Amino acid sequence: MRYLGEREIEDIAVGASLLGTGGGGDPHIGKLMALQAIEEQGPVQLLEVDELPDDALIVPIGMMGAPTVLFEKAPGEHEATNAFSMMEDYLGEKVYATMPIEIGGVNSLLPVAVAARLGLPVVNVDGMGRAFPELQMVTFYLDGISASPLILADERGNTSVMNTVDNHWAERLARSATIQMGGSATVAQYPMHGKDVRRSGIAGSLGLAEDIGKAIREAKQNNQNPVDEVILRSGGIKLFEGKVTDISRRTVTGFARGTATIEGINADRSHTLKLHFQNEFLLAEKNDAPVCITPDLICTLDADTGTPITTEGLRYGVRCAVIGIPCHEKWRTNKGLETCGPGYFGYGMDYMPLETPAAKGDKTV
Amino acid sequence: MTYRIGIDVGGTNTDAVILDEQFNVLAKTKRHTTADVSKGIYQSMKEVIEASGVPRQDIQYAMLGTTHCTNAIVERKRFNQVGIIRIGAPAAMAVKPMTGVPADLKQKLNQHVYLVEGGHEFDGREIVPFDEEAVYNAARKMKDEVDSVAVTSIFSPVSNAHEKRAAEIIQEVIGSIPVSLSSEIGSVGLLERENATILNASVVNVAEATAVGFMNALEEEGIDAKVFFGQNDGTLMSVDYAIKYPILTVACGPTNSLRGASYLSGKSDALVIDVGGTTTDIGVLIDSFPRESSLAVDIGEVRTNFRMPDLVSIGLGGGTVIRMKDDQTFAIGPESVGYRLPEKALVFGGDTLTATDVVVALGKADIGDPSKVQHLDKMLLTNIYASMIKMAEKAIDQMKTSADPVPVILVGGGSILFPDALEGASEVIKPENFGVANAIGAAIAQISGQVERIYSLNDWGRDKAIDHAKQIAIGEAVKAGADETTCQIVDIEDVPLAYLPGNATRIRVKAAGELAST
Repeated sequence: MRYLGEREIEDIAVGASLLGTGGGGDPHIGKLMALQAIEEQGPVQLLEVDELPDDALIVPIGMMGAPTVLFEKAPGEHEATNAFSMMEDYLGEKVYATMPIEIGGVNSLLPVAVAARLGLPVVNVDGMGRAFPELQMVTFYLDGISASPLILADERGNTSVMNTVDNHWAERLARSATIQMGGSATVAQYPMHGKDVRRSGIAGSLGLAEDIGKAIREAKQNNQNPVDEVILRSGGIKLFEGKVTDISRRTVTGFARGTATIEGINADRSHTLKLHFQNEFLLAEKNDAPVCITPDLICTLDADTGTPITTEGLRYGVRCAVIGIPCHEKWRTNKGLETCGPGYFGYGMDYMPLETPAAKGDKTV
Repeated sequence: MTYRIGIDVGGTNTDAVILDEQFNVLAKTKRHTTADVSKGIYQSMKEVIEASGVPRQDIQYAMLGTTHCTNAIVERKRFNQVGIIRIGAPAAMAVKPMTGVPADLKQKLNQHVYLVEGGHEFDGREIVPFDEEAVYNAARKMKDEVDSVAVTSIFSPVSNAHEKRAAEIIQEVIGSIPVSLSSEIGSVGLLERENATILNASVVNVAEATAVGFMNALEEEGIDAKVFFGQNDGTLMSVDYAIKYPILTVACGPTNSLRGASYLSGKSDALVIDVGGTTTDIGVLIDSFPRESSLAVDIGEVRTNFRMPDLVSIGLGGGTVIRMKDDQTFAIGPESVGYRLPEKALVFGGDTLTATDVVVALGKADIGDPSKVQHLDKMLLTNIYASMIKMAEKAIDQMKTSADPVPVILVGGGSILFPDALEGASEVIKPENFGVANAIGAAIAQISGQVERIYSLNDWGRDKAIDHAKQIAIGEAVKAGADETTCQIVDIEDVPLAYLPGNATRIRVKAAGELAST
């Protein structure tokens, strides 16, 4: 157990932006919420998964909906309180701690803000190890844990409990209600006991985000190459270095899709990398051959400063480094790949782990 | 014949030009920016008018690009007593106004804060009914405490009804007081827009003093000109608007340089290298306007969502200090002698080796006294010069959008530093009057209007939505003083919004036209 203060929150925000793999929303607003909450309530207790009692009720909390709306209509002060007290009434148990549902993007720090406000600990774990767009895309789902009861809350005081037949229905119904609540709502879901969090969660992810953020900060201070430092801390592989030369976007069924083309510089001169995204980067192709495929993580960083770049921040002329980070092994199972693999997102190819030589582009054809 | 005067106040120099109707440059001056910025402006103005010899009564327009407000924010000085009203509770209470703003600034500006119920959703619905009574109460409390009010309502870029009503109430209770509305200032992104609105409210006195000072100076010179201020996007605003929304002037300097470079070279798409005394800024012209940065911009360490020109800045200018070492190695900057170049540089009899000395010693420029640098090691100088060019070429490569070479325009007082050929450049243009491109950019600027809204493309259709936005933008430009027949759409951006129904898309359109003749 340790405490999260201002410095840790700043670092987590940077690391979470990287682990957002281009999506997940800018963690800046989550950071500000967390900073205001700890300023008013004091530092937050961070628990490791092995510190959780088997039967303690852990409830992940986060935001559902459009990041654009969240940045304009930030949450109020009572959504989380309302959601948790309804969860407690419904289950007849007390909430022991909260945790992030996804470590990538804005949802990484919202639980820290909520924890400070409600005086609860937050657990060093999440259900993705990255960011994904839909609520069944969590390791808990792979292990048969239900998203229900799922509670949505808005700033007006509306709360809604959903009990759905499966997690796809939870996604569908919660998404519709969120639109009515103004396009962004607080969601408490996947209530679990301590032993389930240990079994199914991706342990240590808040700490990993913090490490990555710290590495980028310190590399800047010490004039080191931030990209190398990030690779070192995250166990990643450098995929490419280049300059964005083209970007095309369109919105299909609510998701921002598109492709960015990056022309190589330095060692990658005269090579081309294409990054395909649907909110998150999902497929990287070097000279038309896939080199990193969802659910492995594709992250872009500013080549000089190491600042993570989101799909919205990608623009002509940006010089960036692209790195791949192996996903959690749970994602590489059959069910994991069915849920978040290339097929689910409509890419007609088989998944290849990032570390295999063929995926690294070493393949001679 | 009528004339216009353009003045640009930069960190190092204050430049002034006089142009005729065809935008021919009749006279130009360059002076060091004085500690008292206004004094420098008046002196430059006097000088350039005398040099041009044009009849004073024929000077009809005066354009000023200035850093007064930027300086006030950076130095945290001469602020108004600001009242802050945010309309949107119970939403957004988890991030109160000025969260994340540096403590010294927060302490100065965050003294009178009122959070009232109201605001809108992304689709224009009200979040909750607007609590007008709460605004009346806030206004009564602020009456003798503040002299400027910032009002920010959630999703006011979609509907500004609550902000407008709040302004009416404030003026009904307090009487005449400047009220800054966030919908006039920024786009979607509550905290950034609110920060910009609060900063705006904090510098309205500074802006008014600057404007009044400038107009008085003109009057003393016997000039009855219509006064405009340069704004961040390279277009002009009327003095009345500038006093209300001074925050829109804080980044006009680099923009004016880019616009001036475009005009002087006749190029609409090119890279512009603006070489100053301490740094060199590289920007990109697209359709004669600066390409804007997509990232959040900090002003005085406050995050705002302004659109600023997308620039890379390198620590190399005419006054950059070069240190040679015995082992034939060297270091270029980032220190600079800045405006003291004429006394510090070797070629001017000073004691400091600068970038300017290097080019003079190699015979690539003819200023000062070349004999004072003849003793330097030519081999080493050649290496230093090559490194300087590499710095610029690296930045050029960074800003280019494709591998193809592009035209490069060199402007600014220090542009003698660079040669007529650079890697990545299809041609290097050093236009006439390159030294005062920024003042020219201010003088030739157009009048613009802008709109940013969220459209449901399922309801509108993309073409209709964009047409609608275009009409509003042109209407805004005409309202601001543009001649409708010359108005053109200079920028269109549509960004699809994820996770919203009906293909919600944010459309931003900017129109600009020539000043309507009076």
